[in-house]
Amino acid sequence: MRKEKLYLRYLLTLISIVILFLIIWWADGHLDNYYKRVLTVSGIYIILGVSLNLINGITGIFSLGHAGFMGLGAYTAALLTMSVAQKQMTFFIEPLISPLDKISIPFLPALLIGGVVAAFFGLLIGIPTLRLGGDYLAIATLGFGEIIVVVFNNTINITNGALGLKGLSPYTNLWWTYGWAVFTVFFITRLVNSSYGRALKAIRENEVAAQAMGVNIFYHKVLAFIVGAFFAGIGGGLLAHLLTTINPVAFNFFLTFNILIVIVIGGLGSITGSVIAGFFFPILLEWLRFIEAPMDVFGIHIPGIPGMRMVVFSLLLLIVMIFYQRGLMGRSEFSWDFIIKRFVKD
Amino acid sequence: MPFFKADHLVMRFGGLVAVNDFNLELQPGDLVGLIGPNGAGKTTVFNMITGVYRPTSGRIYFQDKDITGKRPDIITALGIARTFQNIRLFTDLSLIENVMVSYHVRLKSNIFEAVFKLPRYMRQENAMYEEAMELLHKVELDHLAEEKAGSLPYGEQRRLEIARALATHPKLLLLDEPAAGMNPNETLQLMDFIKQIRDEFDLTILLIEHDMKVVMGICERIWVLDYGKTIAVGTPSEIQNNPEVIKAYLGEEEYA
Ligand SMILES: Nc1ncnc2c1ncn2[C@@H]1O[C@H](COP(=O)(O)OP(=O)(O)O)[C@@H](O)[C@H]1O
Ligand SMILES: [Mg+2]
Repeated sequence: MRKEKLYLRYLLTLISIVILFLIIWWADGHLDNYYKRVLTVSGIYIILGVSLNLINGITGIFSLGHAGFMGLGAYTAALLTMSVAQKQMTFFIEPLISPLDKISIPFLPALLIGGVVAAFFGLLIGIPTLRLGGDYLAIATLGFGEIIVVVFNNTINITNGALGLKGLSPYTNLWWTYGWAVFTVFFITRLVNSSYGRALKAIRENEVAAQAMGVNIFYHKVLAFIVGAFFAGIGGGLLAHLLTTINPVAFNFFLTFNILIVIVIGGLGSITGSVIAGFFFPILLEWLRFIEAPMDVFGIHIPGIPGMRMVVFSLLLLIVMIFYQRGLMGRSEFSWDFIIKRFVKD
Repeated sequence: MPFFKADHLVMRFGGLVAVNDFNLELQPGDLVGLIGPNGAGKTTVFNMITGVYRPTSGRIYFQDKDITGKRPDIITALGIARTFQNIRLFTDLSLIENVMVSYHVRLKSNIFEAVFKLPRYMRQENAMYEEAMELLHKVELDHLAEEKAGSLPYGEQRRLEIARALATHPKLLLLDEPAAGMNPNETLQLMDFIKQIRDEFDLTILLIEHDMKVVMGICERIWVLDYGKTIAVGTPSEIQNNPEVIKAYLGEEEYA
């Protein structure tokens, strides 16, 4: 059962990844910038959804801090990639502190350091709160999300305050994004299916029993939390170098709320669900732009209402919560076995 | 020093004294029963031994170590495993996963070895799988290995809980009303099974039972609790004829 057709599954996965990158190659050459941008945001949402799902859906702890970790990753990566000249232009209120003002490094190491910084803060927040159990983490991460925005606003000699950082190099493209998305899905899927993942799911299912079977609850919660924070930091760094401009309010609770919508609609605990919902969420959000524009319905003029899209999504979330609690996928995952069984006769 | 010793354990919840001055010594290979009416404090004794509650006073020793108030996972790693009165399986995980969780504490690979499936991890993972399958086979559940634990009927859930506890490689096994909800025939089979695993895995077993008759057949010694107090200790025949025990159980029947 376990080892059957293992190579077939690897082969199918490999072929799918090759096809995915062929599609990206095609998209990169043929789509206009607007569509490429939307697809890039989709890729970033896959990273964000899957990583938050590891914390909230697989381990069953409730974090509301994803945007904060993204912010840390975004600012860190941005401060590391910006050229010295660009930094001097941007920081005209107060100069950037040394040695950051003299540093400029390539995109990949900057992203990685951003992820590590986010993970480190995950550790700092996780250690005092994850010991307590219950909903302390939800409250603490909510507070952390708010505090980090205030900090970004006020540490002017590092973040340039409310004005934010401008003129980042637009490094983030489809390749970078989907490369990271594939890696995130690979890493978290493998983690979830490993002995570590069994421990995390056991904690979600029954904490008392998991501990009685020898699982160190605190250690594993912190582990899931910092892995999630790391990938949030990566997602933040990618987003920063897509937008090329970041400011503190971009990382407030609304961003976390969007990712929560993704994981709830996709199905808490299903990585497949987060990939699907993460991919389509930004597309739907773009497509729904029309409802914020002024329109004439049966001769009645309706002025444009900014924010209508979020109202629609909040309603969608409510509907899912009420009628379809387990989301699109429940806790099921896509598996090749299912497809193999249909097409290959033993 | 005995293999296991509970020394003057007291557990208070606010004004309620759930367990009062509980003393117990076990030698390797013992199969001892802990009986008493509902609410007598039996489960609370287990919760103190396994670190779920820290006793209000008293100490617990296991294999020459003072384990009082240690974390449950540490106590499990030291060799004490348990089952729960109100079954606590990982319902959404498969049977095999339920058992494999218990091996995680002994995993020597870090998370990167696990994610990238490096050879050392894969060797351990495969060994865990084989061993878990073997345990499932012993409790006659191997044909359901890939089913979800929550889908099992009650009696099989109890057997899975025992398999899961055995997977932690315990030296002392605590079973909290393992026969609850079983019919007399199933109960008999279970008691045979308990004796069998004691011999096969070199276990010491402490068994909680609400129904006195069930443990009479297999336990060599019995502790009787009532309202937190140990009212009798002895062999099954001594317990059966002890007037205090009869009174405690009669009292219960009047309420029932
Ligand atoms: N966490 C707790 N808080 C307060 N009271 C408790 C707690 N756990 C058990 N008790 C009380 O302690 C007494 C003994 O309970 P328990 O050990 O579960 O009895 P038994 O297992 O013998 O039926 C009961 O009166 C119960 O209500
Ligand atoms: Mg009990």
